[in-house]
Amino acid sequence: MPSQVLTGGRIRERRTALGMKQADLARAVGISAPYLNLIEHNKRKIGGKLLIELARALRVDMTTLTEGAGASVLAGLRDAASTFAEQDAELARIDDFVARFPGWAAVLAESKTRLDRLERSVETLTDRLTHDPMLSTSLHDVLSTVTAIRSTASILVEPEDIDPNWQKRFQANIYEDAIRLAESTQSLVAHLDDMESPDASANNPQEEMDAFLKRHDYHFNDLEHGRVAPEEIVAGDSTKISDAARGLILRHLRRYISDAVLVPLADVRTAIAEVGLNPSVLAQRFGVAAPVILRRIASLPAEIIGADVGLVIADASGALTFRRVATGFPVPLFGAGCPLWPLYQAVSRPMIPITADIEIASRSKHRFLAYAFANLRHDEGFDGPHSVESTMLILPESLVPLTSSTPQTVGITCRICPRNDCAARREGSILSET
Amino acid sequence: MDKHVLLIEDEPNIIEAIRFILSRDGWRVECHSDGQSAMEAVRKKMPHVVILDVMLPNRSGYDILSDMRADGATKDLPVLMLTARGQTKDREMAERLGVSKFMTKPFSNAEVLKTMRELVDA
Repeated sequence: MPSQVLTGGRIRERRTALGMKQADLARAVGISAPYLNLIEHNKRKIGGKLLIELARALRVDMTTLTEGAGASVLAGLRDAASTFAEQDAELARIDDFVARFPGWAAVLAESKTRLDRLERSVETLTDRLTHDPMLSTSLHDVLSTVTAIRSTASILVEPEDIDPNWQKRFQANIYEDAIRLAESTQSLVAHLDDMESPDASANNPQEEMDAFLKRHDYHFNDLEHGRVAPEEIVAGDSTKISDAARGLILRHLRRYISDAVLVPLADVRTAIAEVGLNPSVLAQRFGVAAPVILRRIASLPAEIIGADVGLVIADASGALTFRRVATGFPVPLFGAGCPLWPLYQAVSRPMIPITADIEIASRSKHRFLAYAFANLRHDEGFDGPHSVESTMLILPESLVPLTSSTPQTVGITCRICPRNDCAARREGSILSET
Repeated sequence: MDKHVLLIEDEPNIIEAIRFILSRDGWRVECHSDGQSAMEAVRKKMPHVVILDVMLPNRSGYDILSDMRADGATKDLPVLMLTARGQTKDREMAERLGVSKFMTKPFSNAEVLKTMRELVDA
């Protein structure tokens, strides 16, 4: 029986079935909530790209929205029949089947859809496993280190006497390899986490921006001196950049310019030479808010800073919107970082500067001084919602004196953190049992 | 007989372990870590057996094996290839190029010794 409900009604039905708010769906597809309301009440025609976007956001086939579930099930069954042609399904009786067993028909059609989706995921992941040079190198590192440990350990456990000097040497080798193995495993797991989602290709806008900024070492000398516009820098980049990434990059570069105007390069060079790399003192000296100086330090050329610094920016949801990775302090590409990061503590204490001597929970025990500050933004005026943006600068111990005898231990992200007893853990670690 | 092996591998601790077990077994072990100059080292040393890692700095073990088989002086030298990639296609590639034995990391010392004895006795 054909459904009498129109497309708008089906969108509304599906949205409420998913427990989704109108505003959330509207935001997901880039339209206003009032406009979605009109669509849902069939007061606006819908089709083309918007319909595709809505179907994607509602996780259904487009035909489910336009023609009702029956049509979608029929299409799914026909697709299944053609895929498994050797089963010789009774296509002539497909309408009869759907009418008599609508539930089973829907299960079969949905199973085929999921099978297709899983096959695509497997294909994508297999392709990455085969062609990803980073993965290949990481696996090679892990296996080579395991080989060295196995061979060396076998020598040490043999009943034959070994010269004490050789014995010491092999013990040192095993220790060295164990550290290396822990590090390469962490790096491998972080990489696997990054590629967990087949859709999360290296070309998503955020990654494109990360790669763009890295190519420029996070410093734009021509912008410092006002010689070029941000658009020219993006246009002059040799890599193809998507429109979405271009938007993110331009927003970053515009903020870069305003930071550079407030804290000019020549002046900050002099200031750092005089007072050192102390964000609090520098912010006071330039009369700027803490986030400006934190961002500014992370955008200075290596000749001024002298080492690799990190910077992460998160919104109130914890999502990382900017990543500059310091050596020894990896930042997850997907999901949030360690809840113990000062970055997140700052969100709960906005407008209060936080400094923390931190140590990464790994065998390598890298130590850093982290400066975090969360500021409130009122982009929509007094009546609009305010937003929080938290910024954390990560300075390695080679740049700043660390005097604390008890640094705070933090992880990278729960999934690859070895601290089983952490009260802030939100999910199990795949390293916890190793 | 003075059994002579050239170990072409870039992992220092693997080199150390293999060198130890083979030396103890009566082998004279010489090592080389760079892919680019490995072929030159093989020609110069002319060992009884070559142990060759696949992933080396500057040049792959496959390229070196290919050069060895194309060179009249080294074409018959027994080669034990070590690799972290145990996929069938890697093994097939090595066999196509003329490898004598193929071993996937992580391997045991006993396997290495056994294979080396087989190669030198062959």
